[in-house]
Order: sequence, then C-alpha cells, then structure tokens
Amino acid sequence: MARVVVDVMLKPEILDPQGKAVHGAFGRLGFDGVADVRQGKRFEITLDGEATEERVAEIRKAADTLLSNSVIEDFTLHVEADQ
Amino acid sequence: MKVGVVTFPGSLDDADARRAAAVAGAEAVALWHADADLHGVDAVVLPGGFSYGDYLRAGAISRFAPVMETIIKKAGEGLPVLGICNGFQVLCESHLLPGALIKNSLRKFVCRDQVLRIENNTTAWTSDYDANHEITIVLKNQDGSFVADEATLDRLEGEGRVVARYVDNPNGSYRDIAGITNERGNVVGLMPHPEHAVETLTGPTTDGLGFFTSVLKAVVAS
Repeated sequence: MARVVVDVMLKPEILDPQGKAVHGAFGRLGFDGVADVRQGKRFEITLDGEATEERVAEIRKAADTLLSNSVIEDFTLHVEADQ
Repeated sequence: MKVGVVTFPGSLDDADARRAAAVAGAEAVALWHADADLHGVDAVVLPGGFSYGDYLRAGAISRFAPVMETIIKKAGEGLPVLGICNGFQVLCESHLLPGALIKNSLRKFVCRDQVLRIENNTTAWTSDYDANHEITIVLKNQDGSFVADEATLDRLEGEGRVVARYVDNPNGSYRDIAGITNERGNVVGLMPHPEHAVETLTGPTTDGLGFFTSVLKAVVAS
C-alpha cells in the first residue's frame, strides 16, 4: 500500500493566531531564539494499491478542493517511499 | 412564504433561525443536510454552529452536503440565501461568496453585543434597513476574521458588496467587514447573529429582525 502525504499551510500573508499562541508558549517555557511559528496540517492518505500517476492526480485534486482552501492556504504533496 | 433553515450535524442556531423567520411572519421549514430537496422554500438560512465540529476548516465539509448541491444551484438562479456565522463560512467554502473566515486575531472566542453599520440596504436580506443605519446584534464566534486578497477586497468595496461593517472590529476582519453579498444581492453572509436579536426577552435589541422581514418583501416582489 502506498501513502500520499499532503501538507497544508496558511499562505504567508494570512495571520496565524494558532502559530502565534504556540510561539508565545515557546517564550514562556524558555525556548529562546525562535523568530516565528506557523501551524499547518498534515494528511497521510493510504491508498489501496500502488500510487500510480492517475491516482496521485486524484489525490492532488482532493487536496485542492477539500483538504485546502486556495483563498488562504497552499499545499504540497509527496508520495512516501514504501515502509 | 416559506423560509428553510438547514440543520447540519453540529448546527446550533437552527432553532433560533426558524423562530426568527416565524417572528417575521414566515413559515419556517426545517431542512436536513442529507436531503437535497428544498421542499419548496422561497429562501434559505444556513445557521450558526460548528457543523462537522469545524473539522478540517469551518464549513469545509458541510459545503459538500447533499442539500448544498441544490442550494448552490438555486442560489445561482436567484434564491435568497443568508449564511450566518458558520453559514457564512459554508458560503465562502462553497465559493458562493469570495474570501474566507479564519481564527479571530485575538485568539479568543468572542461573545458580545456588537454594533454594525449596514452599508448595503439593497440586498434581499437588508432592504428594510436604512443605509448606514447602525444596529446592535449578537456576535459569538471563534473563526470570525474575514480575509481576502487586496484585489478581492477592492472589488467588494468598489461594487458596494460590503453589506455590514463592524463599528468596533472585534476579530481582525480585514477592512472591518462583517458581511458581504454576491453580485446579484441574493446571497448574503454575515458573521454576527441577527436571529438572536428579534425579541427583547432574549436579545439585546430587535435590530436583527430586519434581515427576516426584508427577505419576505424580496420574495413577494419577485
């Protein structure tokens, strides 16, 4: 079984209050030297069979229409090597 | 005159929206997310709440509910649709309205009486207000910050499609935008809750009633 991974991040110009809150906690816990934190989402999609070109294209379409909102987010997609 | 109110799994304000429609003089009809039939309603309200737990993004999964396929099609033909709070998020995810709603800039759930200025009183849902009239209705949200790129914001303002603006911006919404409409003026998205301000017993004012009386007139006029 093949695994496709989709990482979704807010576009750089969109404010990320969750990342800001995490950044604030870094400081309180003494993790210094951190300039910024941005929080995203990672989707691990396990296919029934091989990651053929057609099936990866389907997942790319799902990433574009469902997993991310192009108004505020960008995504990257890669196929993970067999475990 | 029938106003349908959709219930998604996780909707909270569907009962209040039905009540507001009834107080305004309409027959309120409960619509179900999994039923693509609109049961002959003349207008639709997508209510507030946390449909599908806001999983993925607020409104992202609801947008693909069977009832939304019909609503998206009918909205394109002129059916009046009002999305309140989570309903506004569903309308943006459906691309019936531009932009998106993200977490409040203050990182807090905001719940308060909110003053808005009605800037477009020509939509199906706002004709009973005077232009630039200030109203006070309930605001309660977590993902209430309206965002869009500069070109979209310029277009919305240039075409008079900003329906309402916050007088005192509570959530970081770009250009103080609280509500917008589509080009035709039949689809309106609003983050604050007019349905919670239709009776003095339970709301801060009755300023929200105008949204529901406006749509009655819009339907009769068409």
